[in-house]
Amino acid sequence: MSILVNKNTKLIVQGITGRDGSFHAGKMKEYGTNVVAGVSPGKGGQHVNDIPVFNTVQEAVQATGGNTSIIFVPAPLAADAILEASEAGIGLVVAISEGVPTLDMVRITPYLKKNGTKLIGSNCPGLISPDESLVGILPANIFLKGDIGLMSRSGTLTYEMVNQLTISGLGQSTCVGIGGDPVAGLYYQELLQLFQDDPETKAIVLIGEIGGDAEERAASYIKENITKPVVAFIAGQSAPPGKRMGHAGAIISSGSGTAEEKILAFEKVGVQVARIPGEIPEILKKLLNR
Amino acid sequence: MKIHEYQAKEIFSRYNIPVTRELLCYTVEEARAATVKLGLPVVVKAQVLTGGRGKAGGVKLARTLEDAKNAAGQILGMDIKGYTVEKVLVAQGVKFTSEYYVGLTIDRNTKTVLFMASSEGGVEIEEVAKDNPDAILKFPIDPDLGMSPFMARKIAFALFNDFALVKQATVLFQKLYQIFLDTDASLVEINPLVLTDEGNLLALDGKMNFDDNALFRQKDINALLEPTEDEVKELEAKEKGLTYIRLDGSIGCMVNGAGLAMATMDMIKYYGGSPANFLDIGGSSSPQKVIDAMELLLSDKNVKVVMINIFGGITRCDDVARGLIAALDQIKVNIPIVVRLSGTNSKEGLEIIKSANLPVVETMTQAAQMAISLCS
Repeated sequence: MSILVNKNTKLIVQGITGRDGSFHAGKMKEYGTNVVAGVSPGKGGQHVNDIPVFNTVQEAVQATGGNTSIIFVPAPLAADAILEASEAGIGLVVAISEGVPTLDMVRITPYLKKNGTKLIGSNCPGLISPDESLVGILPANIFLKGDIGLMSRSGTLTYEMVNQLTISGLGQSTCVGIGGDPVAGLYYQELLQLFQDDPETKAIVLIGEIGGDAEERAASYIKENITKPVVAFIAGQSAPPGKRMGHAGAIISSGSGTAEEKILAFEKVGVQVARIPGEIPEILKKLLNR
Repeated sequence: MKIHEYQAKEIFSRYNIPVTRELLCYTVEEARAATVKLGLPVVVKAQVLTGGRGKAGGVKLARTLEDAKNAAGQILGMDIKGYTVEKVLVAQGVKFTSEYYVGLTIDRNTKTVLFMASSEGGVEIEEVAKDNPDAILKFPIDPDLGMSPFMARKIAFALFNDFALVKQATVLFQKLYQIFLDTDASLVEINPLVLTDEGNLLALDGKMNFDDNALFRQKDINALLEPTEDEVKELEAKEKGLTYIRLDGSIGCMVNGAGLAMATMDMIKYYGGSPANFLDIGGSSSPQKVIDAMELLLSDKNVKVVMINIFGGITRCDDVARGLIAALDQIKVNIPIVVRLSGTNSKEGLEIIKSANLPVVETMTQAAQMAISLCS
């Protein structure tokens, strides 16, 4: 078991003929992900890394039974690509594209909800259930199969964390990069619940950052609904207010969204917060008696 | 991206939202002429891209022509939170009976545009949010329905009893929502929206921020950009695929990824050092990017040591290493450099670095500690 992606994942790559799309389609396939099709309007009939390319998502679904899609199309076209996947009946859409206008994400949200489509991203590195399925751009070699569930707003910081877990012998059930944009798909609450319900996951790592109040909301949710141990880390403890730290979402505005507030919110509900990334494995081992 | 009050009000005017009669002035003489034209009293307001200008003395009421000239003289050239005031807005003084707050922003939680309204306008809304959060009414706007007349009316009834005013406000609120959508705003704010002695609603102030991700389709908004000195540097960096934010410490950081870059700064602070900047070299890394990044870091004379922290994913460590060697060939570097490379092609990268006799470390903790010790 794991969450969201596994051996049954049949992946469609939207934007497969682009530079990033073709490269990562190959990487995912190499890892063992069942990449069944690619989509690129006007390029139907071609093959990329031996993966058949279709003009529309619907054609790809009909021909291959794809149930998950990953999106590499340029940001101005990303929202439309997500809608296309949803309309074709794809259950899980992972949007890698960076720089999608916020109002585009706002506009597509009700339609996804109506169709019951799960979205991860945009502006995210994707997700992986080690040894089962990689749907994203994460460097596969650092992951180890195990029982820690991880979710993060950041890409490379996730790799840093995972690397430390793996070196310490703590494998992962599923690692999800939820993305750094202000309006994104699945967020902490939904993922916390999925990990809570996943029998394979024994503990959860939550990597947040400054900006917004999603971490505070996650803390309240943990208090009410999550019985598995959770360890958190918040990036941006030294960030000055008013400066957007790379991610559109990572900004301390008018004194709220600070790391301090978020750390306090977690500690109040009994979630241990690591001050530096290296503390996470130690805390987990103590909590799990290993 | 932010714009000035006068620019926000120009946009409001285009949508027929009533604003004060006002003129933009760059000199005391212009302010005098504007006052004569508008008639007394006037309010002289600093136009700077930061909040809190009232508290800083950047807004003054003038009842005489002499007052207006003095006010403009005092405000022009004033420093407000690091911004020098280069222009003032001279606005006609308006008599009003009450002040309201209206604002639109993106709500991450409901994933909608959120309309906020309060009858406690005219003060800093952050203060109201802290002290009396119930005084701010919040209405998530369904993106499919948009700002329907009923919704605008509902918000208007929450602020006003008089039906004539409700009707005025309903139209105004619908226009504000339209502005938000049309311009890809991230914030539209009128604080205060006033009820004048004549019984009309009028925007006394205006504030707009925009979604940087949408600027590609907002040519008109893009043209309003007025970057500060620091921001010019940040924009130059962005053109090269780098995200740079200058801070005031002494350890120059070069990192891939925003989250890791923040965590690197945090770690430097944790061990007692101070980061000179946030610098994210982003995903794919050509050697040229590393050269550009190095030049950028070294242009800050406060930097005493450079710490490079790369976790390769899309970024290949050997590319970073080659870029660094090329950079060191091109630029004269007199300060120590600490390199940490991990992830994709780190082995190859480390070989390249070692052959150039640069210190390499295995973890970011070691990198931070070494950078700090080299700094002192």
